[in-house]
Amino acid sequence: MISKFTALSAFVGLMFFSAPAVAQDHGHENTHLENAHQNDAQNNEAHGEELHGEEAHSEGHGHGAFVPASDTEGRKAVVKETVEHHLADSYEFHIVGPVGFPLPVILFDNGLKVFSSAKFQHGESVAEVDGQYYVIHHSKIYKTDAEGNMLLDEAGHHIKPLDFSITKNVFMIMFMAVFMFFLFRGVAKTYKNSLVPSKAGRFLEPLIVLIRDEIAIPNIGEKHYKRYMSFLLTIFFFIWFLNLAGMTPLGVNVTGNIAVTVSLALMTFFITQFSGKKDYWMHIFWMPGVPVLLRPVLAVIELIGLVVKPFSLTIRLYANMLAGHVVIMSILGLIYIFASYTAAIPFTGLTLFLYVLELLVAALQAYIFTMLASLYFGAAVEEHDHH
Amino acid sequence: MDKLINDFSIGLFFWQSLVFLLLIFVLKKYAWKPILNAVNEREQSIEDALKEAEKARLEMQSLQESNEAILKEAREERERILKEARDMKNKMISEAKDAAATEADKAIVSAKAAIEAEKSAAIAELKNQAASLSIDVAEKILGQELSAENKQTAMIGKIIEDVKFN
Repeated sequence: MISKFTALSAFVGLMFFSAPAVAQDHGHENTHLENAHQNDAQNNEAHGEELHGEEAHSEGHGHGAFVPASDTEGRKAVVKETVEHHLADSYEFHIVGPVGFPLPVILFDNGLKVFSSAKFQHGESVAEVDGQYYVIHHSKIYKTDAEGNMLLDEAGHHIKPLDFSITKNVFMIMFMAVFMFFLFRGVAKTYKNSLVPSKAGRFLEPLIVLIRDEIAIPNIGEKHYKRYMSFLLTIFFFIWFLNLAGMTPLGVNVTGNIAVTVSLALMTFFITQFSGKKDYWMHIFWMPGVPVLLRPVLAVIELIGLVVKPFSLTIRLYANMLAGHVVIMSILGLIYIFASYTAAIPFTGLTLFLYVLELLVAALQAYIFTMLASLYFGAAVEEHDHH
Repeated sequence: MDKLINDFSIGLFFWQSLVFLLLIFVLKKYAWKPILNAVNEREQSIEDALKEAEKARLEMQSLQESNEAILKEAREERERILKEARDMKNKMISEAKDAAATEADKAIVSAKAAIEAEKSAAIAELKNQAASLSIDVAEKILGQELSAENKQTAMIGKIIEDVKFN
């Protein structure tokens, strides 16, 4: 198991080293599209100043062709763009170089509209669907007119259609769900023959038992823990696997996305509140064993705590994963900016070190999220001796 | 904060929540329940096996103890029986001795009595014999003595003299 793991991380590490090269390839490939777009933008200059302004900036460096090593500022912009692109969600699943596949776009905009993201031609052109025009700008879909000028609402904001697309992150979530289903059903099936775990179960069962014995039972208690096991196990492996998926060069950043962590934290929040017993609410609104005058003050503090808990869960996971990705990508980017072998060697070593650290963080954040969730559940179901 | 809100995608949130909830329910049915049940079952069976072993050990111990007790009891029983037998033997011997002694005494007494009786009978016999013998002797003597006149007279006279002295 360990040797396989080492081999996998070494492989992943190697893939990462090629990332800047990939970024450059990407740039080359898009050059002709860029030119076409540029012409397009120039034609529309009169109508869409804002769009043009934004695009001009990114065209200057980001999507541009080869940036000479002497142009440090230019290269910095390329790195920034690459990092941002990596962290953002995407409407296509880009693997390496020209390899990748478009994903379905689902919009609610005067009715349901489903079409392939190939229509955007890697986000470079305006997609026309049933007489409506859309464009991808900074990884989001906006409504435009036929010429590709973003439409504004009364308040002067760009109009975003209600977007339920199967983006890269949604695709990864679904993929991970299917993967987890087959993985754990496989583990469950091995128990039919013998109670001794085999295959993947040998590795996964200790983790399942760890969550039960070290997280669920101590925090929730023997009496109630069973009800929460499914949630805790699912959330632990879901976060951990998606964190690990984020460490692959596929550039998926699911757990570093605020919408995902908000969803996970809100589920934890609602499960906590719905399982809250009398004692739990008593401790929030009318803390026993405290002078009566203090009780309303404490209630306010407890109510703030109630909201802060899911918020902290959201931000902790989001920020940790995002930061890890930014740091690794930035240090790799330094190689590109310095463009010298003397820089490449130490920065590669540093990246490898941080990468291993991130593998630890991937497991740690999953553990912490599960631990805190079980802590909140435990507080909700706790029955105090009456004072 | 603005960037966070702008980054927040309702679509992603919706899909994430939907897929995750489905995943919880599907995994609960097909994975977590069977796995946790199997783990529990195994732990239970290990615990049971350990308990069984402990119970068997205790049983063994108690069995050994009871064996020991039975052996001890048997030994005591043997001792007791032997002692009883010894006592009985001694008693029988002493009784036999006593009986023999009294028997012997009785025999001696009766023998003595018989001897006495025989003795007195013998004495009586002897006396009779002696009396008849003396009569015979006397007769013979008297016959000789009295065959001559003078001897008869002397005789009578002597007897008369004796009688006088008496």
